[in-house]
Amino acid sequence: MKTSRRDFIANAGAAAAAMHDLAHAQEPDHEHEHSLVPSDPALRVKSLESLLVEKGLVDPAALDALIDTYEHKIGPRNGAQVVARAWVDPAFKKRLLANGTATIGELGFGGRGGDYLVVVENTPKVHNLIVCTLCSCYPWAVLGLPPVWYKSAAYRSRAVIDPRGVLREFGLDLPQDVEIRVHDSTAELRYLVLPERPAGSEKLSEDELAALVTRDAMIGVANVPLPPGVRP
Amino acid sequence: MNGVHDMGGMQDMGPVQREENEPVFHERWEGRVYGLVNLMFAWRKWNLDATRYEQEIIPPAEYLRMSYYEKWLASLTGLLVKSGLVTRAEIESGAPAAGSPKATPPVTAESVPAMIARGNPVSRDVPAAARFKAGQHVRARNINPTGHTRLPRYARGKLGTVERDHGVFVFPDTNAHFQGEKPQHLYSVRFAARELWGEQAAPRDAVYVNLWDDHLEPA
Repeated sequence: MKTSRRDFIANAGAAAAAMHDLAHAQEPDHEHEHSLVPSDPALRVKSLESLLVEKGLVDPAALDALIDTYEHKIGPRNGAQVVARAWVDPAFKKRLLANGTATIGELGFGGRGGDYLVVVENTPKVHNLIVCTLCSCYPWAVLGLPPVWYKSAAYRSRAVIDPRGVLREFGLDLPQDVEIRVHDSTAELRYLVLPERPAGSEKLSEDELAALVTRDAMIGVANVPLPPGVRP
Repeated sequence: MNGVHDMGGMQDMGPVQREENEPVFHERWEGRVYGLVNLMFAWRKWNLDATRYEQEIIPPAEYLRMSYYEKWLASLTGLLVKSGLVTRAEIESGAPAAGSPKATPPVTAESVPAMIARGNPVSRDVPAAARFKAGQHVRARNINPTGHTRLPRYARGKLGTVERDHGVFVFPDTNAHFQGEKPQHLYSVRFAARELWGEQAAPRDAVYVNLWDDHLEPA
């Protein structure tokens, strides 16, 4: 199986190279505006998309709509609303920690990349960190699509063996008496960290609190920053 | 498979490199791949576990070189051909074979929100006795299957404690190979960091791994 796959990749590369020559001949400058080096995957994807559309397997309007959804509608602002609600509503927080999926569903989030949501709470004594060592599982429904670093070999390999070192690189130096819990996303459960509410945020509204919450805090590589004007 | 994708605990992969104000997609083609993978999934010719396995069989040096969405492209291309939805010749030419029928896409722009909301449920409402219960000491089995598995190498043979029973879920290790869903209980298992990594780990730290009945034995 592996041999044929290698051949296949080699063939696909050759086909892409041929495609590139063709594109170069027919569309002189269009593909080359941003880079002098031809982007091989760009050509392969263009060819594949047109094939799948031609065969009636993919609706191009659906493709545009799906991409637009993840570029503009589903992102870390969703998760930030969940966190802010948990900070101001103790009953919501209790439900959230007991049943993440149903409780996050109350705010209208869930489905793809969030069928089974588990919320883990940071406290002064426990700090949670999310990773997927085997691939790049991430709670799309509440955080959108993951940043490149989350999918990198560096993060995937080290988060489990050296979480303290990774956190230090993110600027978080946790004392030894804080227990670090690393959650490796090996199933379809998707984790969201409920960070600690920052000091000095007592008078903020739910919306103002949500604005403070960062994506990195909900992955567990950072704490939520203090509100503007508040000194530690 | 003891592949390079099973990265937990590997060292010397360099610093974690962050990017400020990172876009969702860095290049247009990445978004197109993301969309194609999701829309082709709607044909139900494969499952999520199969898409992961298809990435795992990328030759190791290629796997490390490729970007995330290049791996997605490789996985999609492989599954398209294996499932018979397209032929290798069509991928290479970029055009449908002469006389091939035209299908009707299962997802339209209007049904994208419903597709996202529906998700991909993999819990199963079937009777399956739980082999373990919360609080029980377990050992992750020492297995080295050549196919897909969600039991990471770093946890194999290690002692842990069942933290929570999440109910009955599809078992990826068989499902990835279209050998049945084999529904069984899925748990969160807590492994002390020192059990996994020895004295160099901080004494209170722990790693939680989601494992299925077939991954565990009583300890």
